[in-house]
Amino acid sequence: MKKSAMPQELRMNMRGKSKIVGGGILASNPVFRLVLGMCPTLAISTSAFNGLGMGIAATVVLVCSNALVSLLRKVIPDKVRIPAYVLIIATFVTLVEMLLRKFVPALYDALGIYLPLIVVNCIILARAEAFASTNKVGDSVLDGLGMGLGFTLALLLLGVIREFLGSGTFFVGSFGEAEFGVTLGNLPDYAMSVFVMPAGGFLTLGLVMAAINAISDKTAAKRDAKHAEEGKVIDEMVREHVEAELASAGADAPSADAVRVGDGKEEEK
Amino acid sequence: MTYFLLIIGAMFVNNFVLCQFLGCCPFLGVSKKTDTALGMGLAVIFVMGIASVFTWLVQKLLVAAGIEYLQTIAFILVIAALVQLVELVLKKFMPALYSALGVYLPLITTNCAVLGVAILNIQSYGIASAESLLMSFLNGVFSGAGFTIAILLLAGIRERMHIDAVPKPFRGFPITLVAASIMSLAFTAFSGMIA
Repeated sequence: MKKSAMPQELRMNMRGKSKIVGGGILASNPVFRLVLGMCPTLAISTSAFNGLGMGIAATVVLVCSNALVSLLRKVIPDKVRIPAYVLIIATFVTLVEMLLRKFVPALYDALGIYLPLIVVNCIILARAEAFASTNKVGDSVLDGLGMGLGFTLALLLLGVIREFLGSGTFFVGSFGEAEFGVTLGNLPDYAMSVFVMPAGGFLTLGLVMAAINAISDKTAAKRDAKHAEEGKVIDEMVREHVEAELASAGADAPSADAVRVGDGKEEEK
Repeated sequence: MTYFLLIIGAMFVNNFVLCQFLGCCPFLGVSKKTDTALGMGLAVIFVMGIASVFTWLVQKLLVAAGIEYLQTIAFILVIAALVQLVELVLKKFMPALYSALGVYLPLITTNCAVLGVAILNIQSYGIASAESLLMSFLNGVFSGAGFTIAILLLAGIRERMHIDAVPKPFRGFPITLVAASIMSLAFTAFSGMIA
């Protein structure tokens, strides 16, 4: 009995869970929608590889800190919660820092000062405060995952654009011994280095944000139009249904209403 | 001369916001009006100056104890505690300044410019001599001044932009970012000043 009931419940649950993860990626993307975590976004997105590395490092910290904050949410006194959260986050950042230095030294060097600065990345503190401190562990982990993925995707997108325009390459990087990436012909000779400079970071983010606004405005308008259209069709169907119903009811036992609505049809019969 | 170069460098050439991307959140978030921007800027100068001195001392302790790897955790705790302390002291002795700074003071804990300046100080000046303490302090104060200049300029631009006809998708943050981009481009010109 219990087993057969599970899938239905699970499916319902799954939809709720995927909403938590998906919300962080699209509807409330931390970079493009909530405008949080600007410093690493602008500073590290000079190349796709660095963007990806920063995104993953921040995601790991976000998931771990969300989990721990959620676990301790009933223990931490309200008054000292912010220092407590910061301490939890700083611990995980230190761990990530040590791991990167040991295993991916190239990325460790590229991220530089922005790696310890994950501690003050407002996305992580904001999620601890706004979500993990009031939700269950599982949901908090998923929220961290969604937000982290949204952050990573945003960094990756900006990184690809800036690397292509600013250095003329695609995804150049190294992991341990392996080096990868594509240099696009003699494109590096024509690269616009302003795009890997700070000015290019502000500009690229501004333009991408405007493009996303334009697209989401357009799809929202389209959706509204579609809804209006569907609404009309449904209204039509309901009216027909009601008329038919009344007409058949009128055939069985004519009432004042039915006669009024289905006048002509009854005569035909 | 060294100090002069340090001051100009911290304020313009290596401007925290426009050249190093530190403190971007308040830069974009609290720059709608010039007076709030000024309040934020002053609070940042204040805290960055004090934090530079205290983190220098803390780093000396950490090195003495051989636990430098705790740098990040120790610094952020020192900064959080300092902000609380500054808040208490200001409330007691300078209520006018306290109410002027208002909500911006606690927000500074999560301003990455403060932690950033602390870490950069240790990296570039070390903790060997008393001179490095003075350099760290000056760097903190004038990096804060650079932040104030940047946020004030942006606030001025945004106040004007408020009455302009901006295309709809660009309204709000996108046009602010484009403006910041042009400011940053202008600040790049300072990089030729110090070789």
